[in-house]
Amino acid sequence: MSTATPTDERIHSRGLFERLFVRPEIGALAAAAVLFAVFASVSPVFTQPASLATILYGASTVGIMAVGVSLLMIGGEVDLSAGVAVTTSALTAALIAYWFGGNIWWGVGLSLVSALAVGALNGWLLTRTRLSSFIVTLASFFMLTGLNLGVTRMITGGVATPSIERAPGYELGRAIFASDVPVFGVNIKITVFYWIALVIIATWILRRTRVGNWIFASGGAPQAARAVGVPVRATKIGLYIGVGFCAWLLAMHQLFAFKTVQSGEGIGNEFLYIIAAVVGGCLMTGGYGSAIGAAIGALIYGMALKGVVYAEWSPDWLKFFLGAMLLAATVFNVYLQRRAARGRAR
Amino acid sequence: MSAPILSLTGVGKTHGNVISLAGVDLAVRAGEVTCVLGDNGAGKSTLIGIISGNHAPTSGELAIDGETVRLTSPRHALERGIATVYQDLAVVPLMPIWRNFFLGQELTRGRGPLRRLDIARMREITRRELAGMGIDLRDVDQPIGTLSGGERQSVAIARAVYFGARILMLDEPTAALGVKQSAIVLRHIRRARERGLGVIFITHNPRHAMPVADRFLVLGRGRTIGSFPRAEASIERITALMAGGDELDELLEELDRD
Repeated sequence: MSTATPTDERIHSRGLFERLFVRPEIGALAAAAVLFAVFASVSPVFTQPASLATILYGASTVGIMAVGVSLLMIGGEVDLSAGVAVTTSALTAALIAYWFGGNIWWGVGLSLVSALAVGALNGWLLTRTRLSSFIVTLASFFMLTGLNLGVTRMITGGVATPSIERAPGYELGRAIFASDVPVFGVNIKITVFYWIALVIIATWILRRTRVGNWIFASGGAPQAARAVGVPVRATKIGLYIGVGFCAWLLAMHQLFAFKTVQSGEGIGNEFLYIIAAVVGGCLMTGGYGSAIGAAIGALIYGMALKGVVYAEWSPDWLKFFLGAMLLAATVFNVYLQRRAARGRAR
Repeated sequence: MSAPILSLTGVGKTHGNVISLAGVDLAVRAGEVTCVLGDNGAGKSTLIGIISGNHAPTSGELAIDGETVRLTSPRHALERGIATVYQDLAVVPLMPIWRNFFLGQELTRGRGPLRRLDIARMREITRRELAGMGIDLRDVDQPIGTLSGGERQSVAIARAVYFGARILMLDEPTAALGVKQSAIVLRHIRRARERGLGVIFITHNPRHAMPVADRFLVLGRGRTIGSFPRAEASIERITALMAGGDELDELLEELDRD
């Protein structure tokens, strides 16, 4: 209550340590460091450059999606269709190439349009119906799953698309979406660089642009945001479109890396993206989190995925581990959030 | 008397066959505080919704500077100079104070893809404006949720004033506050009036209305049951009106008999 001193003495009570500890990604960073140390000590292979490149690749396939999903979660929504949407996008490109023949890039382009449209549709349905995003995207998850199987069988008569290897434009696509980039003699998959670029862009948007402000506000207190003129609806639709873009990018990688697409793929992956985002500090309730945190969450996934292989442990335990991480991270995040909301108020 | 900035003529709103509000007249002038009073269900929220652009009236007209307008969204209302401060909805608790202050009206610099928030300037303006409102502030970077209820209301009011609102509408700003904090908010209302804003102060507490109001509008069951200047107002008169006058007397008598 004392406000006598002109140099406000209350500001100094917040040390560097405390400032650091209200950052959303700090818990994930600590967990990643511990995990790295554990695997590095039990497996000498783990820390070799080639292994690290493999880990980064594994992390990037979840991380690319986690960028879009984490922004969406900060905006207060989830997307259960994100996993199959990747397969939908890859199938769209492959099936268009198969059906019409011609250059594969027609398929790539139209696939982008359809991925963005699926995202926009999710967002539009959500804001129109005012249902929870859990229900809306659960519905689109099942519809896309069915479409993937049904349309693929209708067009190809099977459950997988024929190889795109002979299609014109394939080599260019492979170079752009599925090539290796040598860095100091180690081949790193190009997806790792896309992932890093997306994280940087997303962080820029969140911290340094108006839209970023709107994303936090739309998730944190949508009514208040709307009352001061934030276009909450448009923001949320935009976030779903962002997830659509990430899904397309990952889908193009899978398409050009594996040449054929299995129509039943992708189911369950949406949870990996959510885990990465939540472990990285995003709140399920929205309004809090970071893209960098989600990237660390994806890195933890990559380390766990490859780490158990290098350590020659049974991969059966991977999912148990991921679940336990999620639980621990959520408990920690809720604690952090309460702390942040309370601040140093006495 | 100057021409009103905002005037409502015969404004009403029906939800299906339920009449939430009917035939309300209201004129808000610069430098004047209009208190809208009413018990629960009197139609206050509907009136707020109409003035803030959240929903359109089903009858009557709303005019700004004498020109009839249809407000289509809160953003539209803001553009026309009507700022609304809600009791619980004023701020986004987990966001820093300065981000809340500029939410929806962020300052930027640079252009194209490099267009970015002018963070240093926004921090500085937030600090200055809040100090100008007499708000003692620790750190504009702390989440606004760490402030007390009164401080949060004060920030929201300061924000509306800074962004050039001509009409400031406050929805029950003192309802959840203690005596001391209520007094602070009432002081901000007076300051806003002194700066020439038209203030609409919605409350169900006549004791908070009396010290600041220039005009009173009392609503009951969706209708105007009293509209008078300060000179004709008293806490007793307003309380009696809000409680339904005769009904209250009867009730009191009944209680006395028991």
